[in-house]
Amino acid sequence: MSAILRTEKLSKFFGGLRALQNLDLEVRANEILGMIGPNGAGKTTFFNTVCGVYAADGGRVYLEGNEITGMPTHRIARLGVGRTFQIVKPFMNLSVERNILSALGKDRMKGVSPALLGVGLEKSREEVRRLLRLVGIEGSIAQAARTLTLGHQKRMEIARALALKPKLLMLDEPFAGLSQEEIRPLVGVIKGLKAEGITILLIEHNVPFVMEVCDRLVVLNFGEKLCEGTPQEVRRDRRVIEAYLGS
Amino acid sequence: MGFGYFITIGIIVGIYIILTLSLNIISGYTGQASLGHAAFFGIGAYASALLTLKLGLNFWTALPLAMLAAGIIGAGVGIISLRIKGDFLAVTTIGINFVIVSVFEYSDFFGGAYGISGIQFPELFGLKISKAYYLILVFVFVFLTALFCRLISKSWLGLALETIRENEDAAEASGINCKKFKILAFAIGCALAGLAGVLYAHFIRFITPIDFAFPISITIVSMMVVGGIGTIRGGILGALLMAALPEILRPLANYRLLFYGGLIVLIARFQPQGLFGENPFLFRKIFARSLPSAQREKSGVSGGRK
Repeated sequence: MSAILRTEKLSKFFGGLRALQNLDLEVRANEILGMIGPNGAGKTTFFNTVCGVYAADGGRVYLEGNEITGMPTHRIARLGVGRTFQIVKPFMNLSVERNILSALGKDRMKGVSPALLGVGLEKSREEVRRLLRLVGIEGSIAQAARTLTLGHQKRMEIARALALKPKLLMLDEPFAGLSQEEIRPLVGVIKGLKAEGITILLIEHNVPFVMEVCDRLVVLNFGEKLCEGTPQEVRRDRRVIEAYLGS
Repeated sequence: MGFGYFITIGIIVGIYIILTLSLNIISGYTGQASLGHAAFFGIGAYASALLTLKLGLNFWTALPLAMLAAGIIGAGVGIISLRIKGDFLAVTTIGINFVIVSVFEYSDFFGGAYGISGIQFPELFGLKISKAYYLILVFVFVFLTALFCRLISKSWLGLALETIRENEDAAEASGINCKKFKILAFAIGCALAGLAGVLYAHFIRFITPIDFAFPISITIVSMMVVGGIGTIRGGILGALLMAALPEILRPLANYRLLFYGGLIVLIARFQPQGLFGENPFLFRKIFARSLPSAQREKSGVSGGRK
């Protein structure tokens, strides 16, 4: 299987803190890779470094074999890395529709002159509706994003990331803060995305759902890769148990 | 009070509408604080005055060049805004206002504290135009500015600017180049302030640094905030209301800034979306009784920023 995302000895330091150390990682085409690890293991730092929010202090990042290390965030997004945030970041005062449109317009907003025109805004509305249907919130299309529940805001963020037509979708704790009743349908949404051929990397603490959703898991601890494998393999790994519970 | 007096007020109101709408692009759409907008008003006025007096250009050639000058210097402020945000940007723009006014005041090239006099009233097709025609000219530019703002708000550009206002991290993650669009917003907004400056200089025909000082920036901000930040009708009605009021209530003139300051505090506390912005207090009061309850709920959902 070919790698959608590959990192080579990726490192990120915050002063003396080694948030990521020589991390080699591969996300394969059309898999759901789960990234787990105790708090402070470097999971979100990994997301931010891949997306260009942080500049890497060492190593390289490849998207489908092309190096994207050091590119600005918006360029990486346009190349096909969609992401959500651990603490949701919707465009609160814009309608759900405009939230999604913002990412759909990535090619129109490249230059200055095409951006000045509303060309394609109308046409894109159909696509917005399709994406919202995919995450199951098409009924909220006209509402301001701030009026949605947290669960629906999280789904909207997924739809916004999908609007980039991503080669890789990175979900940062998609289930955090949600009730069991909210998680269940979201699991269905994520499985549905895989069925559509989308490759997903997700960070999650909710172990039962991680085991259910993910094809493979990678475990981080103190910025290093502890182990990786199928959920069953990882569950049996003594190092994982020690990392979480202490030896 | 003759007819000419009202024409003068009309022209000044028109110039303030352009200023308010131009600041609205920077602060309303893009969410970037600017308390130094009068500086770009001044750059447009001085540039046009110097181009016509020293280089002998006519009004219509000087106008785009003066807008370009204000736009380019505005883009410089846009670059500054990439590094500093929020309150710090607001304070920095105040500083920029003072610096630019000082440059006008202490350099002989710009006429020093005495300013520049003898600026030509514009000609149209080789004919001198009257004050009444100048009023029409100003409002043609007001109309074009409003049209341009509407074009922006309906375009991809407007959407990009709004996402920057709402959340820069999410905008970047959605593929939007925040740096580029922020600089662009400052450049466009400041160029339009430059347009207002050109119209002002060639009407008043005698400009001094004090005409573009910090209090004028505050006046523009209060017009925008009172009218309704982020909306075109708010900008127009706010400028209309606040530029015309002190003229009508002459005795208030000396306390104008106090009045504006108090008004901003009241608006910020009780009506943050402005008198004429989204779902405003006035409309609610008028229509609340006539709307069926279901519709009333809906308008409560769609309107008003928290």
